[in-house]
Amino acid sequence: MLPDFGYGILLVTFLLSLYSIGAAIYGEVTRTFRWVETARRAMLLTFPLITVSTFVLMYLLATGHYEIQYVYSVTNNSMPLYLKLTALWGGQPGSLLFWAWLLSAFTSAVTLRKWDRDREFLPWVVVVASVTLAFFLALIIFFENPFWRWFLAPGSEQPILAMIQPAGTQAILPGDGQGLNPLLRHPGMIIHPPMLYLGFVAFVVPFAFAIAALVTGRTDDRWIRITRRWTLWAWLLLSLGLVLGARWAYDVLGWGGYWGWDPVEIAAFMPWLTGTAFLHSVMIQEKRGMLKQWNMLLIILTYDLVIFGTFLTRSGVLSSVHAFAQSAIGPMFFAFIGLTLVTSVALLIWRWPSLKAEVEMKSMLSREALFLLNNLLFIGILIVCFWGVIFPLISELVTGQKVTVGPPFYERATAPIFGALMALMAIAPLSAWGHSTVKTLGRAIWKPAVVALVAPVMMVIAGFVNVVALIGFYLVALVVFVTLYEFWRGARARQKAQGENFFAALWTLAGRNRRRYGGYIIHISMVLMAIGILGIEVYQTETQQSLAIGDSIELAGYTVHYDSLAQFQHTDGRWVTRAEVSVFKDGRFLQTLAPRYDVYPDGQPMTIPGLRSTLADDLYVVLVNWEGVSASVAPFKVYHNPLVNWLWIGSIIFILGMLVAAWPEKDTEAVAVRNRKAASAGIQAM
Amino acid sequence: MFGRFKFILGGALILAAVVYLIVSSTSASAEYFLTVDELEAKGESIVGRSLRVSGAVIGDTIQYDPETLNLTFQVAHVPGDNAEIEAQGGLAFVLHEAVTDPTRSRMTVVYTGAMPDLLRDEAQAIMTGHLGEDGIFYADELLLKCPTKYEEAVPEQAEGN
Repeated sequence: MLPDFGYGILLVTFLLSLYSIGAAIYGEVTRTFRWVETARRAMLLTFPLITVSTFVLMYLLATGHYEIQYVYSVTNNSMPLYLKLTALWGGQPGSLLFWAWLLSAFTSAVTLRKWDRDREFLPWVVVVASVTLAFFLALIIFFENPFWRWFLAPGSEQPILAMIQPAGTQAILPGDGQGLNPLLRHPGMIIHPPMLYLGFVAFVVPFAFAIAALVTGRTDDRWIRITRRWTLWAWLLLSLGLVLGARWAYDVLGWGGYWGWDPVEIAAFMPWLTGTAFLHSVMIQEKRGMLKQWNMLLIILTYDLVIFGTFLTRSGVLSSVHAFAQSAIGPMFFAFIGLTLVTSVALLIWRWPSLKAEVEMKSMLSREALFLLNNLLFIGILIVCFWGVIFPLISELVTGQKVTVGPPFYERATAPIFGALMALMAIAPLSAWGHSTVKTLGRAIWKPAVVALVAPVMMVIAGFVNVVALIGFYLVALVVFVTLYEFWRGARARQKAQGENFFAALWTLAGRNRRRYGGYIIHISMVLMAIGILGIEVYQTETQQSLAIGDSIELAGYTVHYDSLAQFQHTDGRWVTRAEVSVFKDGRFLQTLAPRYDVYPDGQPMTIPGLRSTLADDLYVVLVNWEGVSASVAPFKVYHNPLVNWLWIGSIIFILGMLVAAWPEKDTEAVAVRNRKAASAGIQAM
Repeated sequence: MFGRFKFILGGALILAAVVYLIVSSTSASAEYFLTVDELEAKGESIVGRSLRVSGAVIGDTIQYDPETLNLTFQVAHVPGDNAEIEAQGGLAFVLHEAVTDPTRSRMTVVYTGAMPDLLRDEAQAIMTGHLGEDGIFYADELLLKCPTKYEEAVPEQAEGN
């Protein structure tokens, strides 16, 4: 039987990952490399095995095997094939399997690398990866099994989930499934979870190397150099996952925004914060030999926040608009997070003395001190987020009264920190390594600081006087000027020295210092995103009104004219109510929009806004609810979201910057070795 | 040694700033999460404060004027704690019990805005707003949760089985 086969494979993989933990440790302790090698090969095998199991589940999903409870809960006959396949991550058990699959792919890929120079890391990388994998497999096998069929005991209403039919029960064989929550049937939702999960899972790799470095005592920056590209990709994917989730919310949820400070969103945001801090601070370790203990702490935190994030999104422990089921795996997650955190921190304390900085940090304004400040600010935002998430639990424990904090809390508490981060983005590139003074830094920054005043001055002239916006746009302008100036300065220097033309010089410059200039492009992308966020946070306006056909609403200079309403049934069974509205500005017709309101056969509604999007602003028209409304009168809600498009433009530039930073370069050490060999060959020839 | 002290002082200042941001923002935007019973017990003492209340929507009481977007309905008391709801037989069951039990305490809610999609009988409403002196709850925000009708239910058998 196919489900049994898929389940059996998972069992085998679980045992295999336990074996690789044991074999790696035994091999390391007894110094028999043969054992370590079998552990490596066992880990390599987990990927093809889980792939088979995953494909079995996808086949069962695609072919409507509703005798399996998971298949029943996320697919139905009317769903198209691509949705049936992507229903793999539409519910908790499938998501866990998907997580384990991605993890095995990444860790298997890691074992395939050349280990010659880093043999001593191998057993511990295998142990960390296998422990993580074994944990997820155990969750799937014992608690959240996507292959469980369901059975009914006579006279009972409660189905029994099991692999083997219990005696005296009858199998439940539904003719159709319940189907995926319609809100999740959206392209954004098809790509968003895999991106997020890829980002989550990829952070396991640098963590595994960090632990290996701690255990073996090889605490130089080797582990960071090995995992540098992994970390960059992990960060890129996690960032994209967050942006895609935001875009999905904007397109499908119909509340005019993209980010609601929901615990599930914050759960994905927290590892991003520590990961971003880590990405910055490893540069200090590579360049100056400082912050070694701090880097270890950051990667440990990131790993456990990744696990915590998976748990929050999948366990339903916090009530949240994300309608995920309650489940029994909460205590398991907490035990695992506790165990890994305590073990890692104990290792870190053990190696603390050998992680001392090679140089002492002297100047408060040096580049490294500003990097440290950047790290502290990211951790500050993390603390705010963590506090907001656990505050209801704490207040309930302490006072017996559940007190929650909503978006205003996060906005108030994080806005100044985000502002400080932007200021740092402007200042840090101008500061020197080792030593900077107010004077040297001031000399470098006063020109862009003055030029950037153009932005707020122009805003005041145009009549925008909101203080938050003025400060925000000033910082945006400052970062843009400083960063472009850095590009210009570097390219100019090259142009003079090498006699290249300006653009060739720019190209080689970025090519030679990928991380630096890729990083600058990412800074630009971040401030472009900040433009969008400032626009919607400060200047969003909204209005709502019931309109009869022929009536109009006015908002922010736009006129939305209600033309017609149509109701029809879609081929997949949902009832679609579709309004057509014409958008005018200053009496000039711009566009027809069609906000929709869909109701699925199971009663689940979905509000799709009509959207007119330009670089200056978005007009977001929602047909709120037509129930109880005669066909000729319908309630509309209209949002005016200035500048929000820059958020998405910024995210595209962000990908560009990441590609510049993470694109494989020639292995510098290999090049160095080759040059040395060529040189010595040359000497011999002479 | 002065160099080290400088950095510790700087770190402490940043920490203090973050703590200040958290404390001030928490007290400015904390919302008390109450059940209808608790709200009734506290009465006058919490008039005007920022509150979050959950209750079961009583379908017959929903009144909605699409022209003015005025929405009124009543909610019945449900436990605030998820674990308690689970212990009593799941959300769908608890909501059903709450709506059909006439002895439960009830509260009138007023909201201005388009009627949310999910506002219907036996939905769980989570309302953010404040209690007026008239004992009516004025909601600024309305979140609704409907237990999926499939929850814990056994599906129909396919024909021919």
